[in-house]
Amino acid sequence: MAATRAEIEDFLYHEADLLDEWRLEEWRDLFTDDGRYYVPATDNPEGDPDLDLALISDTKEGVRGRVQRLLSTWAHIENPRSLTRRVIGNVRVEPGPGENEVVARCNAIVYRSRVAGTTTYAARLTYRLRPGEDGALRIVLKQTVLDHATLRDSGGVLSIII
Amino acid sequence: MTTTAGAAGTGLPEVERIPPRSTRYVRDERDPNAFLVQRSVFVDEDVLAREREAIFNRCWVYVGHGSEIPEPNDFVSRTVVGRPVLFTRDKDGEVRVWYNACTHRGAEVCRERRGNARRFRCFYHSWSFSTDGRLVAMPDEDAYPEGFSKEAHRLRGPARVESYRGFYFMNVRADAEPLEDYLAGTKYYLDLTADQSAAGMVVTPGSHEYSIKANWKLLVENSFDGYHAIPVHKTYLDVQRSRGDQIAGSTDSDWKRSYAYDLGNGHAVTVKEAPWGRPIARWKPSMGEDTREIVEDSYRRLVAAHGTRRADEIAGLDFNMHVFPNLSINNIMAVIIRTYHPVTPGLMHVNAWSLAPAEESPAARRVRNESFLSFLGPAGLATPDDNEALESCHRGYASDPGGGWSDVSRGMDLDEPRNWDELQMRTFWRRWSDLVEGPGGGNGGEH
Ligand code: FES
Ligand SMILES: [Fe+2]
Repeated sequence: MAATRAEIEDFLYHEADLLDEWRLEEWRDLFTDDGRYYVPATDNPEGDPDLDLALISDTKEGVRGRVQRLLSTWAHIENPRSLTRRVIGNVRVEPGPGENEVVARCNAIVYRSRVAGTTTYAARLTYRLRPGEDGALRIVLKQTVLDHATLRDSGGVLSIII
Repeated sequence: MTTTAGAAGTGLPEVERIPPRSTRYVRDERDPNAFLVQRSVFVDEDVLAREREAIFNRCWVYVGHGSEIPEPNDFVSRTVVGRPVLFTRDKDGEVRVWYNACTHRGAEVCRERRGNARRFRCFYHSWSFSTDGRLVAMPDEDAYPEGFSKEAHRLRGPARVESYRGFYFMNVRADAEPLEDYLAGTKYYLDLTADQSAAGMVVTPGSHEYSIKANWKLLVENSFDGYHAIPVHKTYLDVQRSRGDQIAGSTDSDWKRSYAYDLGNGHAVTVKEAPWGRPIARWKPSMGEDTREIVEDSYRRLVAAHGTRRADEIAGLDFNMHVFPNLSINNIMAVIIRTYHPVTPGLMHVNAWSLAPAEESPAARRVRNESFLSFLGPAGLATPDDNEALESCHRGYASDPGGGWSDVSRGMDLDEPRNWDELQMRTFWRRWSDLVEGPGGGNGGEH
């Protein structure tokens, strides 16, 4: 049975809270074992996730390592961590390619503040979601396409998760 | 493994080889030995203005790699040390660099990032230029006065464009020395890079365009600073260790066969065998058991092309090389080309690309990309912390405006400095001082 838009929205808001509250291990566990987190390069948004150079092209193991790092006090750019607040909107849901899968699309505005300055990111997010064994939705793919021609005016880097 | 490199192997430490010399900005002292850089070089507007004249308008500056524009009429537009340029291959296949400014009134003749076009048509009054720079069409041409010459309105560009092994550089001075002379000892390492592929190395699609709120020279230093690797990149090393790699967490046990060489003309390199895997031919558990065959295949390909000795050098030698003034080519967990461009004293724009063998299989390319992104890039597990270090330095300078000296003396009395010493940075600073302050530098340092 396909998830309703209300259920998908609840899921996306929950994920947004996990990220804003830096509950990154819980966020990591949202991914399926074959899950991917992909952010293409700003000059190549339609690029090939495997063959082209991306900003982030994490397998589940990549996500695990990224979270391990971000939770360390040695992740200097995020120590102290950024304050973030994100707004998710324009949610749309359609059937996904795999069995029981849905594709969810939404927009995200992420406000990020550090003592050194504040920046805002805008992005278009596309998810493939499927229920895990416990029935709760899991992320098969999270693709974040930044609406930035370059990262130069967006804090220079992308050290938080969008 | 042997390396032949510039001024390497003289057997004498810098303090005996190089005479002391103290200038306003750089103190290279003996008895006691010291190497200090005045921090105003990072924050003064005047210094940047001087650098534009004495360094960027004088040295060969990297523009791009030939593989970015493989076909006639391909172009890439980018900004090189503040100058918007078109890096293009004309219809006859010759690589050209044009200033991206219309000879009519100055608007950019191209506002796309890349593409293929027979003409660059300026949108302001519709003058059109061919990829070989000629003004080929203009509306109402017969309204122009007698004596108006289209030939005199060709696109302008740097006086010289030359290349070495696919790396293209420009120089705004007609009387510049030939690029190959300028590159000096770096050519050995550019060869090691280019020889990774029989079919040619290619810049892969997708680049990293980011910024750092710090002076550009801090990234020169950081790009081959072995001393910072453990404290700044502990999280990367910890993650690799958690994937099964052997990492002790101390520089002298993790970085083997480590040296630093002066390559001439201000260029320098650090070489070593680093603890990470290399897609070109050094498999590590963190890359995943399923990738082992792919990486070993790559090694066999190198041996077939070059023989074992050269293949081992290409496959096994990690290096971080700075090509004066603003290019780094690092053969580390992948091959990265990185340029950094001052915008203001406290802001640089950074461009970075991944360079890969053209004949690499999709599976091998995937291994490479994973290896690259595990460390490198504005969202990698390491580079963002470098940026934070540089920005933190830059913030720190404000605490004592016009005062403060940075210490760059590590290993200056050693016969064979290592990658975690600072010979490579002193090589940069000595050249920087020669160009910015003049040879001899005026000996103006008061102690
Ligand atoms: S320890 Fe190197 S800048 Fe402080
Ligand atoms: Fe670093």
